[in-house]
Amino acid sequence: MSVTVAGSVGAAAQVVLVGAGAPLLVGLMRQVRARLEGRAGAGVLQPWRDLRKLMRKQPITPDGTGPVFRVAPLLPAATALVIAAVIPIATTASPLDGAADLFAVTALLALGTVALALAGLDTGTAFGGMGASRETTVMALVEPTILVSVFALSVRVGSTNLGAIVTSTLHEPQRVISPVSLLAAIALAVVTIAETGRIPVDNPATHLELTMVHEAMVLEYSGPDLALVEWASAMRLTLLLGLVANLFAPWGVTGASMAMLPLAVAAYAAKVAVLGGVLAAGEVFMAKLRMFRVPELLAGSFVLALLAVAASFFLVGT
Amino acid sequence: MNSPDDTPPDRPAGPPVDPPIDRPERVAAEVDTRVLPDRAAALLGDGFRLALAAAHQDPDALRVVYLFTKARHGRDDPERRTELHVRLDPADPVLPSLARLSFPAGRFEREMHDLYGIVPQDHPLPRRLVRHHHWPRGWYPMRDDAGAPPRFGDPEGPYPFVQVEGPGVYEIPVGPVHAGMIEPGHFRFSVVGETILKLKARLWYVHKGLEKLFQGRSPAAALPIAERVSGDTTVGHALAFCLAVEDALGLRVSPGVQRMRAILLELERLYNHVTDLGALCNDVGHSILNAQFGRVREQLLRLNAQATGHRLLRGGVVLGGAVLRAVPDPDALRALEADIAELADLALGHTVVADRFTGTAPLTAQAARDLGTLGYVARASGIGADARRDHPFTDLRPALTVPTAATGDVLARFQIRAREIAASIAVVSDLAFGMSPGATSYWPPLTPPAEPASGVGIVEGWRGTIVHRVELAPGGTLTRTKIVDPSFFNWPALPVALAGAIVPDFPLVNKSFNLSYAGNDL
Repeated sequence: MSVTVAGSVGAAAQVVLVGAGAPLLVGLMRQVRARLEGRAGAGVLQPWRDLRKLMRKQPITPDGTGPVFRVAPLLPAATALVIAAVIPIATTASPLDGAADLFAVTALLALGTVALALAGLDTGTAFGGMGASRETTVMALVEPTILVSVFALSVRVGSTNLGAIVTSTLHEPQRVISPVSLLAAIALAVVTIAETGRIPVDNPATHLELTMVHEAMVLEYSGPDLALVEWASAMRLTLLLGLVANLFAPWGVTGASMAMLPLAVAAYAAKVAVLGGVLAAGEVFMAKLRMFRVPELLAGSFVLALLAVAASFFLVGT
Repeated sequence: MNSPDDTPPDRPAGPPVDPPIDRPERVAAEVDTRVLPDRAAALLGDGFRLALAAAHQDPDALRVVYLFTKARHGRDDPERRTELHVRLDPADPVLPSLARLSFPAGRFEREMHDLYGIVPQDHPLPRRLVRHHHWPRGWYPMRDDAGAPPRFGDPEGPYPFVQVEGPGVYEIPVGPVHAGMIEPGHFRFSVVGETILKLKARLWYVHKGLEKLFQGRSPAAALPIAERVSGDTTVGHALAFCLAVEDALGLRVSPGVQRMRAILLELERLYNHVTDLGALCNDVGHSILNAQFGRVREQLLRLNAQATGHRLLRGGVVLGGAVLRAVPDPDALRALEADIAELADLALGHTVVADRFTGTAPLTAQAARDLGTLGYVARASGIGADARRDHPFTDLRPALTVPTAATGDVLARFQIRAREIAASIAVVSDLAFGMSPGATSYWPPLTPPAEPASGVGIVEGWRGTIVHRVELAPGGTLTRTKIVDPSFFNWPALPVALAGAIVPDFPLVNKSFNLSYAGNDL
């Protein structure tokens, strides 16, 4: 695929959109929860205010931590930005489209998680190790499910390139309506919740150290480092929700057209906001699962993804 | 539900023929250290429980007082309170340990050792309890000659936690500073994977020397301290203190005042139980129910403010009397009761919430009895102890019911609270009938005591049975006040219930016990 100006502008727009919009998505979800629970809420902009506050603080590095701890927050943020540049968020004509491979994207996501898990171990505290152990358990079940469920969608296209999958769906929208998509969508939705640390797998709002998964791992971070970690996790949430949206409802995603780009950006923002709102509203009525029930839930979603793959082979000939 | 007692339903309406319900049978005996274990064993075997043990410094001796209490069983078997006084040589204060007879006795002895330097002989676990490692050795703060607190050092080194060894066992130290707005306590988990093998709780980080603050004050000046023993148990501790002082002075307050006090006590139980129901839902991540319980709690706090002028009920119980600005409206309370019942049903109807509660950290009845647990923790494990029935200061029959559950898990502790809310509202509705608001007090007494006096107050606070014992000098100043919050009895039950639970369930289980740090650490 040739590099076009529109594609490059589109990719840049995607990065800016995800980078700037991710904290707003988190703010929106908190606001939805607050309103549904009868609270006033802090406003959609609060995560940005928190990030600004954290950026002004002094970073504190615990005694005995090494370079892993200091470098780790950069990795999830950097990988999230790379994913934002390559995957079809607003345009399928990103100049880096070749990297928008299913396996590459999943590996990038895992790289960020592994970096934070290593940093958690590097602190040498009980919480860091505990959080890392729990996060790795969840990740080990989540990553294969993401791979397999997207793979189910790639069978009919004959490519694991996410741009190709989205383009194909854009051209033949009727193909979305199939048992394969349904199974894959459910599987992806469950793992998105798990990967982003939402209820019922993890509770991002808790102050109880002993129940934390993701938060326990990053407990030792402070100041700008913590801001980076928080920003990265917000971006990952935005990316995963956007991926779910565009794999099953890609309308609005543009090709190499400059004129359509603002519309595509707006469509993406709207889709992610709706999905985020639905997720937050669903969380209000959910409770957190017992830790040992989480693998059952994730194994279930993996089975759904596997069924989706199997079904895609059966249904491809008809 | 257990029936409160054996009162026939067709109680005659005329003047009561029963002996007054609030006249316990009292015995106080001076015993020698050699016969103490036998006397204690006989009392414990006779169905008494050790409610309190406290050391005192007399001019010529150290004196230890054991208070044994036995529940009232109907009109022929009144409540019994037996005190054993043991005098010790201040130069060599050695006491035969009762730890093998009663688990709580062992803990009281360790407390006396740390605060007074009294040595329990042959104690199976003679480790420090109250004293932290920065207290100097040989400094006993409750003794008269203790003086100002010395500089903190590190004479002991860290606490000798028992290390669990084996493949894959690791330790998680938590606290004493926690992420949430809770009191300080250090928890040391020995864990394999996520399963808790052993938990050791180290408390007494908020030891303030509260009992020493009472010394030398007049009861009126000490009442504000009693109200602040534990912030959520204002009425419970204030009332136990007032009852103890009135008991010491032989001051009898009118039945109407006692009923006002009983209303305040139930109001305190209501708002705290509602808070706990919400917090339990919040700890499993179901925050909307917490928000709803928070709404009900706010209504109850406003009711408290109407009743006493203070949202946490301060100033409601006074020496020799009570202040009730407005009688709580039974209709409003019944509306709240329906609201609470609906919310509790919503919580338990939610499969994930029910799954998190059911079977989590069960405390067996045997363990609950052996450890001497009190309050809803004991009742959730099937032990129907309730000082409102067993040690009544006013007759709450027939409205009072004492619910118990059998399973002793988090679910049982949730359900017991929900049922106690209904029982409390029934009691308040009954008491409020025909009551008029006002301030009544029989304080100060007409004659101050001419010789040293002592008294005991027993109250079923919302957490469980609170016992205060005061000693007054001639003239009426306090020479010694011993406070026993039910948390002192219930804390050891938490690690027992948690053995075999998983680490992420700890906050939930801890909340289901909801023990006071301030009331325990004093």
